[in-house]
Amino acid sequence: MSVDILMPALSPTMEEGTLAKWHVKVGDTVKAGDVIAEIETDKATMEVEAVDEGVIEALLVEAGTEGVKVNSLIARLSGQGGASPSAPEPTPPPKAEPRALSPSPTAQPVLADPELPEGTTFIKQTVRDALRDAMAEEMRADDRVYLMGEEVAQYQGAYKVSRDLLQEFGPRRVIDTPITEHGFAGLGVGSAMAGLKPIVEFMTWNFAMQAIDQIINSAAKTLYMSGGQIKSSIVFRGPNGAASRVGAQHSQDYSAWYANVPGLKVVAPYDAADAKGLLKAAIRDPNPVVFLEHEMMYGVEFDVPQIDDHIVPIGKAKVRRIGQHVTITAHSRMVGLALKAADLLAQEGIEAEVIDLRTLRPLDHATIVESVRKTNRLVTTEEGWGPMGVGAEIIARVVEHGFDYLDAPPMRVCQEDVPLPYAANLEALALPSVEKIVQAARAVCYVS
Amino acid sequence: MARARKSVEVAKTANSQEDLLKFYRDMLLMRRFEERAGQLYGMGLIGGFCHLYIGQEAIAVGMQSIQIKGDQIITGYRDHGHMLAAGMDPREVMAELTGRSGGSSRGKGGSMHMFSIEAGFFGGHGIVGAQVSLGTGLALANQYKANGNVAFVYFGDGAANQGQVYESFNMASLWKLPVVYVVENNQYAMGTSIERSSSETHLHRRGVSFNIPGEEVDGMDVEAVREAGARAAAHARDGHGPYILEMKTYRYRGHSMSDPAKYRTKEEVDEVKKTRDPIDHLREVLDAKGWADEAAYKAIDAEVKAIVADAAEFARTSPEPDPAELYTDVYLEAAQ
Ligand SMILES: Cc1ncc(C[n+]2csc(CCOP(=O)(O)OP(=O)(O)O)c2C)c(N)n1
Ligand SMILES: [Mg+2]
Repeated sequence: MSVDILMPALSPTMEEGTLAKWHVKVGDTVKAGDVIAEIETDKATMEVEAVDEGVIEALLVEAGTEGVKVNSLIARLSGQGGASPSAPEPTPPPKAEPRALSPSPTAQPVLADPELPEGTTFIKQTVRDALRDAMAEEMRADDRVYLMGEEVAQYQGAYKVSRDLLQEFGPRRVIDTPITEHGFAGLGVGSAMAGLKPIVEFMTWNFAMQAIDQIINSAAKTLYMSGGQIKSSIVFRGPNGAASRVGAQHSQDYSAWYANVPGLKVVAPYDAADAKGLLKAAIRDPNPVVFLEHEMMYGVEFDVPQIDDHIVPIGKAKVRRIGQHVTITAHSRMVGLALKAADLLAQEGIEAEVIDLRTLRPLDHATIVESVRKTNRLVTTEEGWGPMGVGAEIIARVVEHGFDYLDAPPMRVCQEDVPLPYAANLEALALPSVEKIVQAARAVCYVS
Repeated sequence: MARARKSVEVAKTANSQEDLLKFYRDMLLMRRFEERAGQLYGMGLIGGFCHLYIGQEAIAVGMQSIQIKGDQIITGYRDHGHMLAAGMDPREVMAELTGRSGGSSRGKGGSMHMFSIEAGFFGGHGIVGAQVSLGTGLALANQYKANGNVAFVYFGDGAANQGQVYESFNMASLWKLPVVYVVENNQYAMGTSIERSSSETHLHRRGVSFNIPGEEVDGMDVEAVREAGARAAAHARDGHGPYILEMKTYRYRGHSMSDPAKYRTKEEVDEVKKTRDPIDHLREVLDAKGWADEAAYKAIDAEVKAIVADAAEFARTSPEPDPAELYTDVYLEAAQ
């Protein structure tokens, strides 16, 4: 009886990896727990252990092969020595792909920002590397800028966003902290009050709830309370929102929370060019900026303009797709879903205009109202909960500034009003999806 | 009334053959259960984060052995071993890992969020340090109800740096709450070694300024854990307030499933596996006393293997939760 050895998944978001090295050759006898191979992803290197005992019959993927899909066959073991009879068949789970989220957005051609000079060339870059470059460029330019957070230095970032920064800037400027969010957020704000320009990374925004007092009570309000004397030029950044099946405490969208607070600026980019340009702008901004990234977007590649100092101004939305029938607003990862939905809608003759909010506070409602004036219909999307949310605010602004333009009640696409469940099927039901956006757009267009 | 309830008293030398064989079996069950969980993860049946307890088994087993009915347990996300120790059904633990309706949270919690009132297991928490205040609150409830129970609060060396740990220590000591803090010092918090995160690396001393006694325990020796656990529980149960046990232990696997493993050497891991393994150690004790022969070990192996295989099969075939489950358990009906 031979046993298939499949490419294992090593993380919630892994879809493929590099088979870096085999530790065994054909004919070797292995037992459960023996290391048989090394696998690399953009986040980690991992050893693969044998699940059963037996003799290696065949190695089906050569060492060094990139892009090996999770669950594909990589080797075969002959069940000699009695493969554990209890081993369940290594069949993939009932749902063929374990990724519960709707398909991750693929790189979209970007409408060039009008402010980019004629003839600008682009390189392909992941959101992760674009964020890294933004920090590195600003750290080179200004010695007051430093990075602090859990696992940012030696580990190179829990999600590898700070890769190589310790090597370039040393431990004075790239600082590993203990697990003490409330404490180090306070230290960050204090050092900003004294004139430094900290970038405080939260491993994820879920953990910033430990620190939210310092973000709101200290960073956001002190300028005002001091009559303009005490400034905090500080960036709080990290991944926000749902990853993949990490459960209710690790999957929350804080967009609406922080966008509610005067004194903060709140930025949530979608693609790599905006991630870079907006992070650079955030670091230079004299105010506290909450910078919301998305784990599911870190590995996605986009075109990034090759110019010396690519800055995207905070507070300006971007029209990602032009259309005349319905306006769809989105930010962060939802932009990709909205663009996909727009493509599907186009096949039905509905041309959607997709607006990437990019900044949530200050919110560029002028761009939205301008669009609704043309389309007369509005669908808002966000990953977080609907009540008191980003969509609620956008609709309020459109009603305030463009009530007469509306031909249909606007609709919100958002997470179901429950904590995010772990089960794959329930998680998929709870999160907003391309399909839900398409349905909402049809509904506001009165198309069934 | 309640104070009449006695703590279990144990000396290391007094453990019976039956005790030790049970500890061996319980630790082996945890080890095999976790190995299987790792395999199911690799096959895509388990998603999200999955933090394995391999290497730390002696702590959950030893501490459980001195608890009495009604005592509570609370821990972080490295919780599978604790749930098995508390007596939860391996089937419902594994099925929660696969997110199925047969799981202890009916698939809605996942690896990091399981609970059982029946087993006195209060989670299963994903936010590092949060369980320490919650656990101190369980102790407050014990004192309030005068039920003679103790709360056992587990947290890691990394969690030991969270502010709420010290806020809890202060109140627990001030109010003499019946709580035992068990620090599972496996020397790393993700990729950060304790030396790089802590100004005082002897974590049992972290209670000094709150007048909380503490001691260091070999967390790889189930008998040492049991003995110290009994002492700490007696202290808390008899109204003297909190106690800190720093369990020196080691995590064999990566922090979660994905781990670059560049922060420690393979030699370091192998050395611990070779010289300090809690299961091997107990086997040596059993051998020296002549309390188990090959046949006895084989029988335990087979029993454990069957339980784990059954749990895995259940977890694989238990149906996904009903879509209607999405909206249940958000609120309770208020009494009219
Ligand atoms: C408040 C908070 N910050 C950060 C994290 C991410 N995180 C999860 S586990 C962990 C390391 C904890 O290490 P330790 O307390 O030593 O426990 P161990 O994993 O070793 O059992 C970190 C940083 C989190 N879950 N919650
Ligand atoms: Mg630890």
